[in-house]
Amino acid sequence: MSYVTSEALASESRRILETVLSGGRTLAPKERLAIPPQMMPSQDPVVRRKTMTEVALGYTAEQARLESMRCLQCRNAPCVEGCPVRIDIPGFLKAAGDGDFQKAIQIIKATSLLPAVCGRVCPQEAQCQANCTVGKALKDLGKAVSVGRVERYVADLERETGTAVPPVVKPETGKKVAVIGSGPASITVAADVRREGHKVVMYEAFHKPGGVMVYGIPEFRLPKSIVQTEIDTLKAMGVELHTNFVVGRTRKLKDLLEKDGFDAVFVGTGAGLPKFMGMEGENLVGVFSANEYLTRSNLMRAYDTGRADTPIYASRKVAVLGGGNVAMDAARTAVRLGAEEVRVVYRRTEVEMPARVEEVEHAKEEGVIFHLLQNAKRVLGDEAGRVTGLECLRYELGEPDASGRRRPVEIKGSEFVLDVDTVIVAIGNDSNPLIPSTTDGLKVTKWGNIVVDDTGKTSLDRVYAGGDIVLGAATVILAMGEGRRAAASINTLLGGQGTEGSGA
Amino acid sequence: MNRILSKKKLSEDVYQMRVEAPLIASERRPGQFVIVQLDNDYGERIPLTIADADIREGTITLIFQAVGRTTHKLAEREVGDPIASVLGPLGKPTHIERFGTVVCVGGGIGVAPLYPIVKGMKEAGNRLVVIIGARTRPLVILEEEMRAVADELIVCTDDGSYGRKALVTGPLQEVCGRMPKPDLAVAIGPPIMMKFCAETTRPFGVPTVVSLNTIMIDGTGMCGGCRVTVGGKTRFVCVDGPEFDGHQVDFDNMMKRLRAYKSAEDEAHHRCHLEMEMHKRERQGA
Repeated sequence: MSYVTSEALASESRRILETVLSGGRTLAPKERLAIPPQMMPSQDPVVRRKTMTEVALGYTAEQARLESMRCLQCRNAPCVEGCPVRIDIPGFLKAAGDGDFQKAIQIIKATSLLPAVCGRVCPQEAQCQANCTVGKALKDLGKAVSVGRVERYVADLERETGTAVPPVVKPETGKKVAVIGSGPASITVAADVRREGHKVVMYEAFHKPGGVMVYGIPEFRLPKSIVQTEIDTLKAMGVELHTNFVVGRTRKLKDLLEKDGFDAVFVGTGAGLPKFMGMEGENLVGVFSANEYLTRSNLMRAYDTGRADTPIYASRKVAVLGGGNVAMDAARTAVRLGAEEVRVVYRRTEVEMPARVEEVEHAKEEGVIFHLLQNAKRVLGDEAGRVTGLECLRYELGEPDASGRRRPVEIKGSEFVLDVDTVIVAIGNDSNPLIPSTTDGLKVTKWGNIVVDDTGKTSLDRVYAGGDIVLGAATVILAMGEGRRAAASINTLLGGQGTEGSGA
Repeated sequence: MNRILSKKKLSEDVYQMRVEAPLIASERRPGQFVIVQLDNDYGERIPLTIADADIREGTITLIFQAVGRTTHKLAEREVGDPIASVLGPLGKPTHIERFGTVVCVGGGIGVAPLYPIVKGMKEAGNRLVVIIGARTRPLVILEEEMRAVADELIVCTDDGSYGRKALVTGPLQEVCGRMPKPDLAVAIGPPIMMKFCAETTRPFGVPTVVSLNTIMIDGTGMCGGCRVTVGGKTRFVCVDGPEFDGHQVDFDNMMKRLRAYKSAEDEAHHRCHLEMEMHKRERQGA
C-alpha cells in the first residue's frame, strides 16, 4: 500500500459520504459493500522517521461514518464472538454510521474501559475483524470493517471534546482493596471495584503509572497523554495511587491483608521478565532486551537527549529479534533514534508474525528491513566486549506442528553474518517472580504464571490476579477482560452488586 | 516524601545522607539496595546501597560517591530537599547465619554496603575480621563504625597515607592463610577489587560472596540491563542478586557492560561540571 496524504483521504471521504447520503434511504448490503474501506490517515513516513509523535492520525468524522456504514449489521454478529470483552460492535457501528458518535462511545464503554487504547493497540485483524462478513464477502480480510479505527475515533472525540462523564461511584462501603500494578488489568479492576464504593489503593513499582502502556508501547503508537487521561479518571473517582512501591519488597502481599486492613488484593503485575535466546555473546555490550531499550526511550525519555539523564545506546546498525508488536516497536524506535539500518530477524514467515498488520506495514514504510525465515545463532563482539555482528541461520518451513503452523526448520550450513552493532531481543517475556517468590502459598505454573480459577481467584483467599501475570505475555484487551472478571469476583466477595442476601 | 534529613561529606566526593523512607527502613535487610531518581520526568534511575536504617525514625542512610551526573546532582541537594523517587528495598538480602569466622572486605565506597552486613554477621554470632581499603587516607570511611563491631579491623591505603600500605588483597591473603581459615569471605567494592579478592580466596577454598552494582533501570527484573554471567549462566543482579558467588562471576564481562554508556556519560559528566561551575559563579555573583 502506498502512502496517501491525510488531506487526500479527507476530501475523498467527504465526497463519498455526500454521494452515499444523497440517496436519503437505508443502504442495501450491496451498497454497503461498495463503500471503499477507509484508509487510516498517517504521518508522512519520511517525516515520522525523525519524530516520536503518533503515526496514525485517526479518522475524520466522515471517514468514521463511512467505515461504520460498511458494516452489514449481521444478526449473528460474528465480530462480537471475536472480541475478548464482547463489545456490541454492530451496535456501536450503527450509531457511528448515523453520526451519533456519543451513543457509539457509550455502547463501547458499557463493556470496555479503555477504548482509546484498545482502538490503537488491539490486534483487531486477529479478533473482531477476523470474523467480519464484509471481509469474507470481499475475499480479503484486510477489507473487513475497521472496527478499531472507528472505536478510536469515537473515544478520541469524547476525550478531546471533554464530554466524558466520569463513572458514578456508589456510597463508601468501608471495604478496602489493594491493586498491585497500574497496567490495563489493574486500571480495569480499580475502576470496577471503586464504582461499587470500595476504597481502592493502587501500587506501582515505577515512578509513573500505566504499566506496559507507558514503559513499553512507544509514544508514536500510543500517546502517553491518553494513558494519563485514564489514570486521571481513576483519581477523580477517588482511587489512591502510590508509585515507587514494589509489593513483595516495600511491603509483602500478605502484610497488605493481615496488617494493613485490605479486604482483598488484585495482582496485575504483568509479564515483566524478558526472555533471552540463551545464545553465545548475548551479554555483550550492545545486546538489549526490548524491555530495556523501550523503557529507556519511552518511560525514561532517553530519545530527548538534550533533557533526559538516561542514556540510550548510539546505534548505527540494529538487528531486532522477534516478530511481535514489541519487535516492531523496538525496530521503529531504533529508526527514530537515528540508526542507519534496522533489521527484523524472524524465524517464520510474515504470515505467522504475531505483530499487528498495521505495525508491520508502518515498519516497512519507515525503511525497516525484514529477514524472514532466519534466526540468530550467536552474537559476535570485539575486545571491548561490544557487538560487531550477528551470526544467523536460514530456515525453511517444514511439517505443521501441534499449533497447526508449519514448523521452521534450520538449513544446515546456512550461517551468515549480519553487520550490526546492536541486537535487541524481543522474543517475549516470562512472568515476573517477585510476588510469587515473596508470597507463601501462591500457586504458579511451571512458567511462573499465577494460577487462578474461573473467577480470577488465586490459591490464596482474598487474592485475585489477572493480565499477563496469569496469561503470559498477551494483549491489553485480554488483560482488561481478566480485570473485569476479577473485579466482579472481588465485588461479589465484598458483598456488592448481585450478592443481596448472601449475608455480611 | 523522601526528604533529606541530614547530609555529611565523608570525604572528597563521598556523601552520607539520611533520607525519610519509613517503609523501606522497616523492611530492609543487609545486602539490599534502593533505586533513586531525582526528577520523575527526565531523571535517571540509579541503584544505591543502603548503608544503614533507623526504623523508629523512619530513615535510611545512603552513602554515595559523586561520580556521574545523577550522583553529582544528588550531592548538590541540601537538608530538607526531597528526592523524587526512592524505590526499595530491592534485591535479595544477604544470607546471614552463624558461619564461624567471616572476613569482610570493603574497598572505597563499598565499605558502606558492607557495614550492615558486618553488623548482621556479628549479631548472628560470627567472629568478624574486617578489612577496609581506600586509595588514600581522606577516602577511608566508616572506620570508627567498623571498629565498634569488628573483632579485628585492618585498614589499608594504596598510597600508604594511612594504615598499612597495601591493596586489600594483601591482608585478605594473610587472613585466608591463618589456621583455621575463615569460613566465609564477603567482598564489596569496585569490580576489579572484587575480582582480585575472589582470585585471592579461591586457592584457599574460602567461599566468597560479592555484591554487584550494575546498570539498572527498574530494579525489579523487568529490563535485564543488569544481567551478568555467573557460572556460565545469565543472572539478573536486581532480582537474583545483588550477591553472588564471587568465584563464579565473570567480572571481565561485567566491567565491560558497566562501560556501555561511557562516552555518553563522559559527555554528561563534563556538561554537569560546567553547569555546577556556572551555578557557583551565579551564586558568587549574587
